[in-house]
Amino acid sequence: MRVKSFLRFMKPGDWAVLLLLAAVTAALAPVAFTGGAAEKAVVRRDGVVVAELPLTQARRVEVQGALGTSVIEVQPGRARVAADPGPRQYCVRQGWLTQPNAIAICAPSHLSLSIVGRSAGHDSLAY
Amino acid sequence: MTLSPIELAPSADDHRIARYAAAAIALSVVEAAIPMPLPGVKPGLANIITLVVLARYGWRDAVWVSLLRVVAGSLLVGQFLAPGFFLSLAGALASLVALGCAMHLPGRWFGPVSQSLIAAFAHIAGQLAVARLWLVPHDGLLYLVPFFALAALLFGLANGLAAAQLLEPAPQPKENLGHP
Repeated sequence: MRVKSFLRFMKPGDWAVLLLLAAVTAALAPVAFTGGAAEKAVVRRDGVVVAELPLTQARRVEVQGALGTSVIEVQPGRARVAADPGPRQYCVRQGWLTQPNAIAICAPSHLSLSIVGRSAGHDSLAY
Repeated sequence: MTLSPIELAPSADDHRIARYAAAAIALSVVEAAIPMPLPGVKPGLANIITLVVLARYGWRDAVWVSLLRVVAGSLLVGQFLAPGFFLSLAGALASLVALGCAMHLPGRWFGPVSQSLIAAFAHIAGQLAVARLWLVPHDGLLYLVPFFALAALLFGLANGLAAAQLLEPAPQPKENLGHP
């Protein structure tokens, strides 16, 4: 590899453009890990959004349902209904939701917990 | 052999553009076979040809070669009028506009590497704009921006150096031979 022989093609302005665009790329790097559209858990009561929880940090949220208080637990990348006063506990037993568009419905409480993902509409796309 | 009743007389310009477009098409077909870690990330080797044509024959020829490459290349890969075709077309148009501006940078300080880098970033910008507005109307696409930018940086640099290498032994006009 004659790396040095390629250096002679680099004019001063080329270095400037390269460094500028490298800085732009470096500035964009955090987007890959934090920014953009965060995946989130959406809690609805009677179809009305009562809480939107980003799936980036662990937390527990209490939500008032028709029967009483339900507990939504969020961990990085997943969410679940941790507790619900409903009689059959279907939404609690559904466990952790990880996939976009997954949903746990606590019908007696009139609550639903759904995951909103970054991939909407298309399953895949060939370039 | 039957002669076609319609005969077009191709000019020398047409022959030259066709030759360069053929080289660009060959490169884009070759790179379609190179596996890439992320869909949509490509080396864009055909842009080397665009840069060479831009430097030697100007912007008009570069537009011809680039757009012929997009259309014929997508036909060969089986992507004509598929989403990938429109992404390529958007990227090519954006980078041609950027090249039209970048070619006026003073040649003393800015070489093919600058043009290549600027074109590469314009390419991903055009592609992402079309993808975001039309194909994947969701902000999740923005997650990919840093990776596209990194690819544009590396491949833009590499393609620019390759174009500079190709342009170097170009025969110089006679009146310049005396200069060192």
